[in-house]
Amino acid sequence: MTLAPLIRRLQAIVGNAYALHRPEDLIVYEQDALMVSRHKPDLVVLPDTTQQVSEVVRAVRELGLPIVPRGAGTGLAGGAIPERGGVVVALTRMTRVHDIDPISKTAVVEAGLVNADLTAMLEPYGLFFAPDPGSQVAATIGGNVANNAGGPHCLAYGVTSNHVLGLEVVLADGTVTWVGSRALDEPGYDLTGILVGSEGTFGIVTKAIVRLLARREAVRTLLAIYDTMDAACEAASAVIASGIVPEALEIIDGMSMRAVNKTLQAGFPEDAEAALLIEVEGLAESVPVLIERIEAICHRQGARRIQTAATAQDRMGLWKGRKHAYGALGKLARRAIMLDVCAPRSHLARIMRQITEAGTRLNIQVANFFHAGDGNLHPNLLFEFDDNSPEYARVVATTEDIMWACIAVGGTITGEHGLGMEKREYLGWMNSDADIAAMKRVRDAFDPDGAMNPDKVFPTGRPVHGTIPSVRAAGGADR
Amino acid sequence: MIRTMPVIPEVETCIHCGLCLNQCPTYRLTHLETASPRGRIYLIEAASHGRLDVTSGVADHLYLCLACRACETACPSGVQYGRVAEAARDVLGPPGRPFQRAMVRFALRHLMPHPGRLRSVAAVIRFYQRSGLAALALRLLPRRLRRPAALLPEASTRFYTPEAEVLPAIGEPRARVAFLTGCAMSLFFAEINEATLRLLRRNGCEVVLPQNQACCGALNIHNGEVASARAMARRNVDAFPVDVDAILTNAAGCGAAMKEYGHLLGDDPDYRERAERFSTLVRDTGEFLAALGLRNSPKATDRVVTYQDPCHLAHGQGVRAQPRALLAALPGTTLREMVASDRCCGSAGIYNFLQPETSDALLAEKMEAIRATGASVVVAPNPGCMMQLRYGVRRFGVPVRVAHLMDLLDEAGA
Ligand SMILES: Cc1cc2nc3c(=O)[nH]c(=O)nc-3n(C[C@H](O)[C@H](O)[C@H](O)COP(=O)(O)OP(=O)(O)OC[C@H]3O[C@@H](n4cnc5c(N)ncnc54)[C@H](O)[C@@H]3O)c2cc1C
Ligand code: SF4
Ligand code: SF4
Repeated sequence: MTLAPLIRRLQAIVGNAYALHRPEDLIVYEQDALMVSRHKPDLVVLPDTTQQVSEVVRAVRELGLPIVPRGAGTGLAGGAIPERGGVVVALTRMTRVHDIDPISKTAVVEAGLVNADLTAMLEPYGLFFAPDPGSQVAATIGGNVANNAGGPHCLAYGVTSNHVLGLEVVLADGTVTWVGSRALDEPGYDLTGILVGSEGTFGIVTKAIVRLLARREAVRTLLAIYDTMDAACEAASAVIASGIVPEALEIIDGMSMRAVNKTLQAGFPEDAEAALLIEVEGLAESVPVLIERIEAICHRQGARRIQTAATAQDRMGLWKGRKHAYGALGKLARRAIMLDVCAPRSHLARIMRQITEAGTRLNIQVANFFHAGDGNLHPNLLFEFDDNSPEYARVVATTEDIMWACIAVGGTITGEHGLGMEKREYLGWMNSDADIAAMKRVRDAFDPDGAMNPDKVFPTGRPVHGTIPSVRAAGGADR
Repeated sequence: MIRTMPVIPEVETCIHCGLCLNQCPTYRLTHLETASPRGRIYLIEAASHGRLDVTSGVADHLYLCLACRACETACPSGVQYGRVAEAARDVLGPPGRPFQRAMVRFALRHLMPHPGRLRSVAAVIRFYQRSGLAALALRLLPRRLRRPAALLPEASTRFYTPEAEVLPAIGEPRARVAFLTGCAMSLFFAEINEATLRLLRRNGCEVVLPQNQACCGALNIHNGEVASARAMARRNVDAFPVDVDAILTNAAGCGAAMKEYGHLLGDDPDYRERAERFSTLVRDTGEFLAALGLRNSPKATDRVVTYQDPCHLAHGQGVRAQPRALLAALPGTTLREMVASDRCCGSAGIYNFLQPETSDALLAEKMEAIRATGASVVVAPNPGCMMQLRYGVRRFGVPVRVAHLMDLLDEAGA
């Protein structure tokens, strides 16, 4: 099929500079932050308004090409990779803030706005947008919505779905529609709830009504340093078991801390095997009391040392260090894959031992930093070979062992990064055929032709990666 | 133009996380992946593995980059994009359309390495400006050429030439330093060189001004002329003494380039070690003076200043706190930070001549940020930034003085 007429039509809609078709313009859109898969789109379009998005969708669908929505491409599950080709619609130009309402604590923003830019804009109002993924300096609100992103502070505040009240969406036929509203509870179905986390398979999110929170009076951050991962995990479980819910409760292992120290002065110890990064917020009177109780628990659980962030700068340093942890792994190995799994918080120590064992057994280095407070783990697999080498089978096997171990203790195969391409074949590990069929019917109601981000989320029956078969393909869910 | 791109090992440290995107000025303007650090690295990687032809389109994407190195500050994986860009541009050759390329190449190969020829150019520019020809040109030139003509700052009354090879310290000696007089600094900012030397000497520095020194080669490195840059680096390595406490420059771009001589001459067995040694001695004058400590108490002046971080000082050398500390040492001077003080002003070497649209967009943003502080002085310790900001001040009518840090310190008698 010649694309020339479509290109001309798209150029007429978005302008020549933003309907991309030359090889050097397309190739950079063949990948997101999932390093081990790439597929070139046929075209890439960057609309500037909802109206343009709608016209683009109509034009592309008339030719029957698939559409892949894309934000900043920081997704770790390959959600924005156009596996079947087609047209990538990148929302990155749509960065306007339409309305900030400090009274109702809501804002209406466009999907391409970068998460951290929103929070910076809210600073003068003393407000903030709570979801704070490690990628917040680059990831878009649309991408946060599509993947239902979490972050360290989601322990107390909840994930993206708790902070989105309404969405403007362009459906697969080009219809523009609003779901939800500024009101906290809408009559009728909670369609906003369904759209959040739909990974671009229901339509293109163009605007979001987000809920804002007021900054708390006081904040304290501490780093409790441990000699073993086991001890750190036990301490995290003990804090949770005591009934305290800190704003954030993270664990970072020694390998990751040392990697971060190489590029950043984050203030992490060089000689520890694990550390708990804990933050509490609240009233000026209550925070010191809470932090004292937490320190006592950490000591009782064998902390070698506890350091508290004395200044705002120290605190920023620790968080920057935590958020740079994934990137810093680039210093340790040529390739890194960040897995995203969950385990009940009471099983942290046990599951971390199993993760280490899986890595040792399959000879894959694993670095860990994770949201311990809600049991959302991120084992990072490090390796030197390319994804098309036979050795990659060991990466697949390690991934599957880890997911299986999580399921076995009552956890899940994804916490916050979504299924995308990376996890889709495993949906059946957690859900019965009937469950999956029901989900598909919901998808069909939005997008009967399967035109939006096809082959994501649902199993395709093809090997998980290239020609490498799943080790546990027969596993399946036996619920 | 189809060439092959060699494998650049530095590219391998990029893990495609995208955390650099929104810190990159050209991505912020275009929101295109091809105008982002990650995208540029991807193009280079794809080209060097034969998945992409090195077309003029690829070259355009790589030359839209300002070489500001903000991505290095942002990158958690420590990718040194500056080095990646330099290596890739060396393959591509100088930027621009054929005529521009030829001009740029000529200047980089035949003017920059030769102080004598630069001096003659300075004389021509001075004649052109003083004789009224410049004013005429601004009216008569076709629109396309009017902008570069307006960008050109007024040349100093004379090219800076040191009065002696060694200038003694004033008072008790505290340090012995060597000083790079620089091409742009000597041509357009001779008075700032003089102020810098007065200041250093008053603070107890004996200053060596090597006669045989050349321009540092930064422009050559950034614009695909690495071979000539190496020759200039060798000449400086030969010319400068290393029995000094520091090799100083008051130009951020030169400091960043000279701190990389060890890398630049890393494949040259005759020079590698001396170049390393040279690089470890290089300091920005602000960086050096902050560490040395000011000796005299400066005069008080009540005013608000704002500070523009030169890219090659903040991102290239990690020098941010020291110039601010020196400003804080000036009584009466209040530092009011502008928004995004470490975002490029659009000067970027010869970028403002070659990419006027991007450069102007960044300049407009910068002028707004400066205006919003209400400062009466903007300090930008680098010749490229000063030229661009002075052009911006004239064009956007912002009532601020553009000064070098050395200016303010010298005026205050520090
Ligand atoms: C270093 C690093 C740290 C990270 N930390 C976290 C973390 O702490 N928590 C977390 O949850 N995630 C994290 N992530 C993953 C990722 O950043 C998030 O999933 C983020 O929300 C993706 O946003 P994006 O704009 O980059 O979206 P993209 O990667 O471009 O897209 C992600 C998915 O959303 C879809 N999509 C994007 N925009 C739209 C739209 N407007 N409408 C419909 N669909 C759309 C895409 O089709 C794709 O399926 C991290 C990633 C990195 C690289
Ligand atoms: S050097 Fe500056 S312009 Fe170039 S890619 Fe890095 S941040 Fe962008
Ligand atoms: S931040 Fe660094 S590692 Fe991440 S994409 Fe940019 S250059 Fe690559």
